[in-house]
Amino acid sequence: MLRIQNLEVELGGQPIVRGINMEVRRGEVLGLLGPNGAGKSTLMRAILQLVPAHRGSVDLEGVPVRRIPGEQRARRIAYLAQQGPVNWPLTVERLVALGRFPHRSSWQRLAADDQEIIERILERTDLIKLRERVVTTLSGGERTRVLLARALVVGAPLLLADEPVAALDPAHQLQIMQLLRDYCGEGHTVIVVIHDLTLAARFCHRLALMHEGTLVASGSAREVLTPENLSAVYNIDARFGRGNDFYVIPWRSTV
Amino acid sequence: MTPGYLSLSLGVLVAGLMLISMNLGASSTSLLDLLDAQRSDAVALVLLEIRLPRTLIAALAGASFGICGAAMQGLLRNPLASPGLIGSSSGAALGAIIILYLGFGEWSWMLMPSGGMLGALLAMVLVYLLAGRDASIVTIVLAGVAVNSLAVALMSLILNLAPSPYAVREIVLWTLGSVSNLGMNDLWVMLPATVLGWLLFLGTGKSLELLTLGEDTARSMGVNLLLLRTRLFLAVALSIGAAVSVTGAIGFIGLVIPHLLRPLVGYRPGRLLGVSALGGAAMLLAADIVVRLMPPGPEIRIGVLTAIVGAPFFLFLILKTRRWQLY
Repeated sequence: MLRIQNLEVELGGQPIVRGINMEVRRGEVLGLLGPNGAGKSTLMRAILQLVPAHRGSVDLEGVPVRRIPGEQRARRIAYLAQQGPVNWPLTVERLVALGRFPHRSSWQRLAADDQEIIERILERTDLIKLRERVVTTLSGGERTRVLLARALVVGAPLLLADEPVAALDPAHQLQIMQLLRDYCGEGHTVIVVIHDLTLAARFCHRLALMHEGTLVASGSAREVLTPENLSAVYNIDARFGRGNDFYVIPWRSTV
Repeated sequence: MTPGYLSLSLGVLVAGLMLISMNLGASSTSLLDLLDAQRSDAVALVLLEIRLPRTLIAALAGASFGICGAAMQGLLRNPLASPGLIGSSSGAALGAIIILYLGFGEWSWMLMPSGGMLGALLAMVLVYLLAGRDASIVTIVLAGVAVNSLAVALMSLILNLAPSPYAVREIVLWTLGSVSNLGMNDLWVMLPATVLGWLLFLGTGKSLELLTLGEDTARSMGVNLLLLRTRLFLAVALSIGAAVSVTGAIGFIGLVIPHLLRPLVGYRPGRLLGVSALGGAAMLLAADIVVRLMPPGPEIRIGVLTAIVGAPFFLFLILKTRRWQLY
């Protein structure tokens, strides 16, 4: 699905992403982990060609992403930005509908099938009741759901979600992660940046752990979230639940 | 109100104001007098050579102020952005004043508007170069402020060096903005750049709507930000340059009209463009009608009137924003 080879990104002369090699398979949720400043968001922005790659390549279905024209790319990779702004007080329905714009030219109005998809996503994200509400008046959890719905209606094979559950209460965190998981169940692929290690372990098929711009581990939760990795990357000691349900509780800072 | 109904209502309003404008003036001539064969020559002169250009120029310039205001507010995602922000208005005023000061305006009626349009384009290019390729909104605004200040400083220098009080008065009055004493020549000279500017706006609505979600998300959805910015800057420079170089600086329409109409189009920046053009045309036509209805005496310039109405509205905006932030 997505192959990243030897990717390097520099911002202001500083290396931010260094020699990343990664493969993401169709139909999986890949959790991208790492401390603040590890280069996770920059890696996402480089996949989307929002920042130029200094070296290396990103291929989507065997085609270099930089060679895919912008409009086509927009239909194939959806992006949920970290704390994405909403600059005008649009209604929920109008904002979600923006997600269908890449499927229509400047002159075309949204068609019946666009409306059908919008309706389905509004229902699935539990936004039907809020459809006429103005986005800027919603709570943090509702707003995140609206922005996620906007990304989901694109219907892109690949969704990049940058910290979609940051600053949400546990119920909303579980709800959003379940939505991402369900989206994958339909054959889509998701890369999600996440700080909550237990949620990552619970909902992601695979994890990739970044530190100082490099990929230090990837694989299943049990392979990646080891005491050694957590200590080296996050400077923490953690407690682990190791029954059928794997979970991690950050316990003590070792800095 | 649906966008179609709103456009239709504003279109009817503009048409009505144009009719009033055509029937109003120092002479009592009205459109109905065209039917009177005996008076036809004099009537045609008044209507076609005086009132028609005045009406059409007011409508075109007003529409340019309105659409450019909406475009700049959409591009910069700021309801307080105005078309003059990228230096087009002050650049056009400076260009026209230089021609006026040097006395070249008497050589050909085309020189002053041409100088204005050149000034607007140069100011825009300067803002563009100062801000750089990947400029943030703040950088663009700062570059605009710098270029505007430079243009205003140069205008002050010209006023300072003006050879006589009459020249100063002529320059100052011109900068206050007016659509009186304009002829069909002025209309023809502003028309190409105005139309070209408007054409550049076509098809930008979708990108402006996507910018609601921020630059990164808009770019991820296929918006070529550099191209959009270049296109809108050029469109604003051409249409505002054309308007200001013929009418003088008329402020506040580009700020007030998009702001008033925004709630009526559901805050959608793309939908705001067309209705703001109609709203701007209506406001400038109405202001020109009010100016003509004033009691005899020194003519109140249109730019002064729009500023007197616009400035309190601007204050109201600030208070409203402040109250909104409190809650």
